[in-house]
Amino acid sequence: MRAAALLLAALLAGLVSACGLAKGGGPDMGVILAEAPAEKLSGYGLFADMADAVPAAGVVPYDLINPLFSDHAAKHRLVFVPGGERAAYSDNDVFAFPVGTVLVKTFAFAPDMRAPETSAYRVETRLLIHKAAGWVAYPYIWNDDGTEAVYAPIGGKRTIETITPAGTPLTIQYAVPNQNQCKTCHQAGDALSPIGPKARNLNHGGQLEDWVAKGLLDQLPPSAPASAAVYDVSLPLEARARAWLDINCAHCHKPDGSASNSGLVLSATETDPVKIGIGKHPVAAGRGAGTLFQVIVPGAPDRSILAYRMASTEPGVAMPELGRSVPDPEGLALVRDWIAEMEPR
Amino acid sequence: MTLARFACAIPFALLVSACAPNTTSAPASEPGAPAPLSAEGDFGATLQGALINAKPGDTIVMPAGTFALADSLSLDVDGVTLRGAGQGVTVLDFAQQSGAGEGLLVTSDDVTLTDFTVRDTKGDGIKSKGADRITYKQLTVEWSGEPDETNGAYGVYPVESKDVLVENVTVRGASDAGIYVGQSSNIIVRNSVVEFNVAGIEIENSTGADVYGNIARNNTGGILVFDLPDLPVSGGNATRIYANQIFANNTRNFAPAGNIVAGVPSGTGVIIMANRNVHVFDNAFENNRSAHVLITAYSLPFTDAAYNPLPRDIVIRNNTYSGGGDDPQGILTPLAEALGGALPPIVWDGVSTWPGATEAQTVNLTIAEAPEVGFLNFGIPSYPLDPATLAPSPDRPASTPPAEPAAIVLAHVKE
Repeated sequence: MRAAALLLAALLAGLVSACGLAKGGGPDMGVILAEAPAEKLSGYGLFADMADAVPAAGVVPYDLINPLFSDHAAKHRLVFVPGGERAAYSDNDVFAFPVGTVLVKTFAFAPDMRAPETSAYRVETRLLIHKAAGWVAYPYIWNDDGTEAVYAPIGGKRTIETITPAGTPLTIQYAVPNQNQCKTCHQAGDALSPIGPKARNLNHGGQLEDWVAKGLLDQLPPSAPASAAVYDVSLPLEARARAWLDINCAHCHKPDGSASNSGLVLSATETDPVKIGIGKHPVAAGRGAGTLFQVIVPGAPDRSILAYRMASTEPGVAMPELGRSVPDPEGLALVRDWIAEMEPR
Repeated sequence: MTLARFACAIPFALLVSACAPNTTSAPASEPGAPAPLSAEGDFGATLQGALINAKPGDTIVMPAGTFALADSLSLDVDGVTLRGAGQGVTVLDFAQQSGAGEGLLVTSDDVTLTDFTVRDTKGDGIKSKGADRITYKQLTVEWSGEPDETNGAYGVYPVESKDVLVENVTVRGASDAGIYVGQSSNIIVRNSVVEFNVAGIEIENSTGADVYGNIARNNTGGILVFDLPDLPVSGGNATRIYANQIFANNTRNFAPAGNIVAGVPSGTGVIIMANRNVHVFDNAFENNRSAHVLITAYSLPFTDAAYNPLPRDIVIRNNTYSGGGDDPQGILTPLAEALGGALPPIVWDGVSTWPGATEAQTVNLTIAEAPEVGFLNFGIPSYPLDPATLAPSPDRPASTPPAEPAAIVLAHVKE
């Protein structure tokens, strides 16, 4: 009897330490490539320490020149590319990541976003996993202790009280998107695709060179493209405004995106003025157009649907439709300045 | 047992109507049909969870009841049927909606939506995008109250899809089009009722549509066939509008100003704009105060080199016309005033070219109606409109009637 209990205890201890090993040993390819999502974020082994957000070995932090605005949330990005493999470089498209790649994006707030690391807390973590059949998106919501995040396919809501980077107190009904809403933004034709990891978004501070050195990326051309940092006033206004639209709008407003039927294409690579919205009449905007007639009226931001929808918080009017409940005041000012600077027709 | 539990979960008034014979309710249960979702708790979360977790071939059954939903719904699994307990019996109420635009978004193929009502969405009612072989049937989409600029744009809104069926659907109150099919092909819209929308039914930038057996009444314009520039899919053609009742589409135009339908004159029955090979026949037109049929070019400037703004190969034949034309609205008011104030049943702008057109264009408009059916050609040479250049004429143009498109067959629909 006693011997049996001891044996059981020993077995359990072994089991526990085995689990610990799996986690401590880094990303678990079995979980990453499994058909179903893990119930808990810790199950993937992407973090060496969940509570302190320490990435596991081989899981690399990265950032973008211009992040998508998400209600002032701070975002922390990680990439994991399975050992021995590398993403294939592209000038304009998202890098071609191998099967087993995981992109991790954690959304965090602090009581005062002027000091985003002080008393910061994580709200959600979104995983994009390149499975054998293509990319999938899984949302996870953090517990109040900040020790674990749980798979949340239908998303969720959370009231956030904070102070914006500009010093304005703000209460947000923050929405964690559901799994289908993930696809709305990450759609590329019939498939899902990452948005951020393109050369032009990553190319600053030696980050791309670092990716090559770490074995994440196969190669670099002599000169990779780079987006203008949207708030670097030393750069041309048009380049900054187009860069803002590229990262905030073009994931839907591209030829194979969710908003393809609008005919409005806001990718940085688009050159046709009408497709960018200049002199373009709305098609299916409904009351999103307000009383206005064109997406962009050169020289007249107040008469431009683009600026009207960016400034709105009303469902059915506000753009982007998902991922924000308050406007991005700096982004709005930038786009308005760009429209105002255009030569009136 | 199941039935009893189901019955207990719904309010008494609904119980009565759900159980009463001869209502429009769907059968309470079909052999092998899954149990309805629970009406308890957060129904929006329950339903969205079911939509996400569905497997191809599944039927999701919604119980009777009115459910207030705070968020839009979405379906991205092929081959799913979403079924309620009947129009007006299962009601998804989006009056308190936050977040994304539409009530329900479908992005997967082979989906059937049936037997429920969607009410008061902030944006579009039900949108399906890139959703081939979709069926909308026995649905109601409505905005309550008087027609209002702040109502959503489209009620039923399939776009960028192949093989679309809309039947026995009722839409009221849309600030753009009640039933709008855009940038799609192989389409049937039939036996539906559209009322108090700006446009009742609109077929836009689409190829191959049969629109028949519908009642379009009390909209601003009844049935519209348009083609617009600067869109990924244009060159709309091959639409048949037949055997519809198109009555008293005299509601004021309540579209937000910038929308293309904001230019629709209140009181128009059918408008054909910049589309090709459109046949309008065997319809009954009554009391549309501006004109029963309006045939027009696209009148705004455009840069799309592939776009033709003229209506071409149009046939109007064998319809009945009663009343109407006595109080032309919108852009038609000044045009009609120059001609004594009233308009005949069939009106054509007469435009045959546009700035930048490279060669002579033929509109080829066939008016094959009894001689007593009035027709007017405004004789506008091209847009923008210059009133000094009007050359009105009651003469029907010479034409070579184009072959009528074959009836639309939908592979996914058993007739």
